[in-house]
Amino acid sequence: MRITLDDVEYRYQVNTPFEHLALHDVNISMEPGTYTAIIGHTGSGKSTLLQHLNALLKPTKGRVFIGDRTIEAGRKEKALRPIRQKVGIVFQFPEHQLFDETVEKDICFGPMNFGVSEIDAKKMARKAIAQVGLNEEVLEKSPFDLSGGQMRRVAIAGVLAMEPEVLVLDEPTAGLDPRGRKEIMDMFYDLHKARGISTILVTHSMEDAAKYADDIIIMHKGTVFKKGTPQEIFSEPEQLMELGLDVPDTVRFQLKLQKELGVRFDHPCLNIGDLAIEIDKAMKRGNR
Amino acid sequence: MVKKLVSLNNIVFKYEGQSRNALDDVSFDIHQGEWLAIVGHNGSGKSTLAKLLNGLQFANSGTITINDQLLTEESVWDVRQKIGMVFQNPDNQFVGTTVQDDVAFGLENAGVSQQVMVERVHGALNKVKMNAFLNQEPHHLSGGQKQRVAIAGVIALQPDIIILDEATSMLDPRGREEVLETVRELKQENEITVISITHDLEEAAKADRMIVMNQGRLYREGSPQDIFELEEELIALGLDIPFSVKLTKELQKNGVRVVDGHLTEEELVKDLCELHSMM
Repeated sequence: MRITLDDVEYRYQVNTPFEHLALHDVNISMEPGTYTAIIGHTGSGKSTLLQHLNALLKPTKGRVFIGDRTIEAGRKEKALRPIRQKVGIVFQFPEHQLFDETVEKDICFGPMNFGVSEIDAKKMARKAIAQVGLNEEVLEKSPFDLSGGQMRRVAIAGVLAMEPEVLVLDEPTAGLDPRGRKEIMDMFYDLHKARGISTILVTHSMEDAAKYADDIIIMHKGTVFKKGTPQEIFSEPEQLMELGLDVPDTVRFQLKLQKELGVRFDHPCLNIGDLAIEIDKAMKRGNR
Repeated sequence: MVKKLVSLNNIVFKYEGQSRNALDDVSFDIHQGEWLAIVGHNGSGKSTLAKLLNGLQFANSGTITINDQLLTEESVWDVRQKIGMVFQNPDNQFVGTTVQDDVAFGLENAGVSQQVMVERVHGALNKVKMNAFLNQEPHHLSGGQKQRVAIAGVIALQPDIIILDEATSMLDPRGREEVLETVRELKQENEITVISITHDLEEAAKADRMIVMNQGRLYREGSPQDIFELEEELIALGLDIPFSVKLTKELQKNGVRVVDGHLTEEELVKDLCELHSMM
């Protein structure tokens, strides 16, 4: 399912003294089956943008196309549920939203809310719990007896159980230890590959953006500063650093080394293996 | 000779209803004026340690002494004046409606006079470079600014020890650096002891000493040098190693003769430049 934002503007609290322009002139398109990373500072408009992707917010100007639906400024929109089912959002610290007596009931809540029968919802819950790498025995437990990492996975299973076509992830690994982070990111990537789920990742981690995404969108001061492939985005790292954004570890190291050695590699190195090879080449060329 | 500021002796702690000990016979010392990083996987007991140090929980067995004073339910109020804690979520630690009210809250509780209070509040906010925000509402600040206000609230009470319980994990990279830089400056100027519970291995690499927790037990303690030599062992524990250590290994695999033990990128760049000049 394609999501396109056409000239989108969003103002909070219009016609009040607190009116605040959060997004303006946003033109982007996320193609079906792609993996897009959205990066930017706190306050750059990322979270506001994210809420447009399943019509939690309606633009104050412009249009949002979500599959065959159009969300438009100034027009009352009905029947938003199908959109919310097709575009699943995993919010930051999603485990804070767990509420039910058992894991199974918690996961079933979403699908049943969208009209799925209890029997089918339970089947979906079993499937979803396996997808997030947890044992079926967990279904009978209270979500509040689980560890933090397990709770996170249960909350994610609740979104997956709705079988969304698009998955929006807002900092899904915040607060997890390094292994937990890698496991969760790999899990989303596998789902993306195996089931063709379009994935939109909002993150501060340039490493994750470089590693997983086909396209990167940089938000700055409420609008799109730059978009492109990871190679394109990180080929001008100075530009990002001027905005106060990070670049991947490998790119930052490459910059420091290039400066000290007075050489220039012909492309940004986005993983450690590639960086080591390029450094080796530079060393072999020696001091000429 | 380093002075022991805190000693933990054979600490055992179990949460009610859990079968496994959250902390299992843990003993170590914390030295005056050091930056101690405590790392470990989720559920390894790191945060439980912090709660015990501040008397939010009490051990089932074992003792904690702080500045030669035994931590008990009776002494906990004295001890809390010596230890300030900054928690993970910046939104969960505000009580005041303005920045200065919030910083003053702890002082009011401690019964400090109005005049001293004003001085300390302003002094603390100066130190964390938030003095321009005195009358702002805390929820309008960025995550990094909120955590700096939380730190001001802590240092206004003039503690000997600051515990950062994953205090930077919800911040963006800029906010994280702001907070760490603030704490580093405070430590330098006021000889505060810092205990940082963290998943950020790059931050831990800059600590004076590290403790690795695993499944409720102290797995290893030592300098960042010693700890990051464990490499694969750390990864098996669910942790990671700093970027410069990873890159060093990868370079060695490619036959580039860099030496081991670079914990910062600067050291590795320097090593590579020297190698390059010899080519």
